[in-house]
Amino acid sequence: MLVSHADDNDSTRRDFIYYATAGAGVVTVGAAVWPLVNQMNPSADVQALSSIFVDVGGLEPGGQLTVNFLGKPVFIRRRTEEEIADGRAVALDELSIDRQSRNPNKPGTDALDANRTMDDEGEWLVMTGVCTHLGCVPLGNGAGDFGGWFCPCHGSHYDTAGRIRRGPAPENMHIPVATFVDDTTIQLG
Amino acid sequence: MSGIPHDHYEPKSNAEKYIHRRLPIVGLIYDTIMLPTPKNLNWMWIWGIVLMLCLVLQIVTGIVLAMHYTPHVDHAFASVEHIMRNVNGGHMLRYLHQNGSMLFFFAVYLHMFRSMYYGSYKAPREITWIIGMLIYLAMMATAFMGYVLPWGQMSFWGATVITGLFGAVPGIGDMLQTWLLGGPAVDNAALNRFFSLHYLLPFVILGLSIVHIWAFHTTGNNNPTGVEVRRTSKEEAEKDTLPFWPYFVIKDLFALVVILAIFWALVGFMPNFLGHTDNYIEANPLVTPPEIVPEWYFLPFYAILRAFTSDVWIVIAVNWLSFGIIDATFFGVLAMFGSIFVWALLPWVDTSSVRSGRYRPMFKWWFWLFIINFVVLTWAGAMPAEGIYTTISLIGTTYWFAYFLVILPLLGVLEKPLPQPATIEEDFKASLKSKSDNDPKGPNAEPIPAE
Amino acid sequence: MKLRNFAVAALSALVLALPADMADAKKVKGEVTNFDFSFQGLTGTYDRNQLQRGLQVYHEVCSSCHGLEYVAFRTLSDRNGPELPDDQMRAFADMYEVWDDELRDWRPATGPDHFPESQFEGAPDLSLMTKARAGFSGPYGLGINQLMKGIGGPEYIASFLLGYTGEEDFQAGSMFYYNRAYGDWVSMAPVLFDDMVFYEDGTPATEEQMALDVAAFLTWTAEPKMVERKHAGFVGVIFLSVLAALLYLTNKQLWAPIKRAAKKD
Repeated sequence: MLVSHADDNDSTRRDFIYYATAGAGVVTVGAAVWPLVNQMNPSADVQALSSIFVDVGGLEPGGQLTVNFLGKPVFIRRRTEEEIADGRAVALDELSIDRQSRNPNKPGTDALDANRTMDDEGEWLVMTGVCTHLGCVPLGNGAGDFGGWFCPCHGSHYDTAGRIRRGPAPENMHIPVATFVDDTTIQLG
Repeated sequence: MSGIPHDHYEPKSNAEKYIHRRLPIVGLIYDTIMLPTPKNLNWMWIWGIVLMLCLVLQIVTGIVLAMHYTPHVDHAFASVEHIMRNVNGGHMLRYLHQNGSMLFFFAVYLHMFRSMYYGSYKAPREITWIIGMLIYLAMMATAFMGYVLPWGQMSFWGATVITGLFGAVPGIGDMLQTWLLGGPAVDNAALNRFFSLHYLLPFVILGLSIVHIWAFHTTGNNNPTGVEVRRTSKEEAEKDTLPFWPYFVIKDLFALVVILAIFWALVGFMPNFLGHTDNYIEANPLVTPPEIVPEWYFLPFYAILRAFTSDVWIVIAVNWLSFGIIDATFFGVLAMFGSIFVWALLPWVDTSSVRSGRYRPMFKWWFWLFIINFVVLTWAGAMPAEGIYTTISLIGTTYWFAYFLVILPLLGVLEKPLPQPATIEEDFKASLKSKSDNDPKGPNAEPIPAE
Repeated sequence: MKLRNFAVAALSALVLALPADMADAKKVKGEVTNFDFSFQGLTGTYDRNQLQRGLQVYHEVCSSCHGLEYVAFRTLSDRNGPELPDDQMRAFADMYEVWDDELRDWRPATGPDHFPESQFEGAPDLSLMTKARAGFSGPYGLGINQLMKGIGGPEYIASFLLGYTGEEDFQAGSMFYYNRAYGDWVSMAPVLFDDMVFYEDGTPATEEQMALDVAAFLTWTAEPKMVERKHAGFVGVIFLSVLAALLYLTNKQLWAPIKRAAKKD
């Protein structure tokens, strides 16, 4: 039998193969684990619901739609002239509880009426219909002392722009990500 | 662990000693991994590792599939489609699980045939064999119930037919079947309990597998010669064996990855090759498919089940002797379960003093005939139960029982075995020599790396 | 020795795989033409234009009876599918009505909704039809044909649509039509006639073209992840082959000193 002539070369080559094999083995195991983790992420049908289209063509001024979006009600209101005027008339220092717009479409803005609505005219108000106190759904259509919404659970009053004016709720009603895709369709999410 | 003498784990540092005195788990793992293993194991000794991988694959993919599956007759079929279409990577997970069961049975049959050829079931390894048979039974139950879950046509009608076997038991049959199904027919109750048990049984298999491994680690592995490892001293034992790690782990892993590559090609390119098309039609209790065929791994037993029609003389005789209690259907059921039972009896029906089929000139022929017979029965099971096919099934069944009950007991007496090597070491050297002798290019034509 | 055992194992694999293939072989008693489709073979992918044409045929012809209840409209925009632009997909969905449990009323479908179910009992849902039919298989045992051509589901669908001989039979108050692919009388009337749809992409709408297009579309509805699956298959097989080669070398090196010592004595 042959006797080894170049032990150094051999051991280098041997080590290389061992390390390459171990490395490939680790990659294989990693590649096998990832799908097991990823399968728990939201599936395609759930992801599809993270963005919905709402036809608002049928809404007259003063009308309101409530749609279920990601398991929560979303109020889509086409405000009347008076409601817009009421909302615009409120100065920032009248908002004693929360002065942030809570509007991810205009992040970091203050809670002036113009920062709460979708369009510059202030006709369209879209917000998640969940009281920021403990999660009840407020009553709408001019309820409460400020002509907007009223939460029956613990008596929070919201104005015509959905801003908290009196009661235990700490924040203005939140606004979801929303855009007009055409004149009559709003995309939520 | 007793058996072959070898080095045991010695805790060195204080921390190791601290743990070892309280929980000798490192020692247990060491003894398991460093088990002295016969040097001369051939490539048929890889199926154990393949089976272990199958079990892990099926449990892991099964658990994640259960996160998305709904065990309800109204939603089961749709939830499987949900997995196939919506869940991230769900189509691969489901195809892996579906085809994984095929690989599982493929490997278990080769594992069993290897054991049969090399006499691995013979004393002192009878308990290893029996536990193996229990694992096999649990696998069959698991596979059957798993096949019901997608709630396709074959799921439904397969479940109807198989539970009907229990209905054939005289007297209590109907009661038994109703109890199994939780109602007069396969319905939501049955689907739910099958789901529950399909989730449970793999863990029973896992437990049995650990006992299976424990048992053969106690007796030591068999090997292609059937000659035992010398165990008078550690030095002698080391001439016959090598530690499991790394020698056999790497060897097994190589074989495993080759098989996985083929399996992966099956899953990636033809995942429905071994399945039945009717299972993509939702279960309909009002329409029976033109033919009900079980998965391929059940087909030999399906052939045995259907071989016995009421015009076979033995059925007529038994029917008459039992005052009509045992009819053709029940006879078929008895034959089917009996065929597995006689298989399990193998350690006791084989009377030969020689373990390995290598040194049993007559046994070899009968063994390969058994394998051919197994394939023929598999084929006959897929054919319609009529005409020539039942006759073939009947001949195959006869050979099956004759192999265990007549041929093996007689061979031990009639056969003149060939001389066996004295030691495993001798066989190992001889195999290397014959390999280089047969090499036309001479002994040095195929250099071993690092030489 | 080792080689022989490998050979035995490989042979056993083939014979064990044989019966399943045979079981499928006798499923179809009629004549199925072995059409070629773009998605066959190891690297075949769906032809987007063909899927869109097939969708059109389904929409204008099949959908009046047959449903696609497992297919969501949104998936028409998925990669490796018909790949309709989002707005076209929504406009397409809008043409279908679905029942809304919350509204307790019918409303136009949107992206997340599924196609409707079949309109009446006798018309099976088509979502999975190409996987529920095996047009052919073989050559016996080897599965090579399946590897290269699939199980023949789309071939069966196309052959079925083209398989009407024109023979009609009136029995028990219903009309039956002879179909070569089915090999028997069927209650579904022939539905495809030349130029009954107008393809925007200029493809002539022959009977055969429409049958192939809708068969391709229905293959996609049954197996929407086929392209991804084959891709995963390729990556996996290549990677596992590399790993196997490395393990082979490792194993050989590991055993070399053992075998050398054994030969020396």
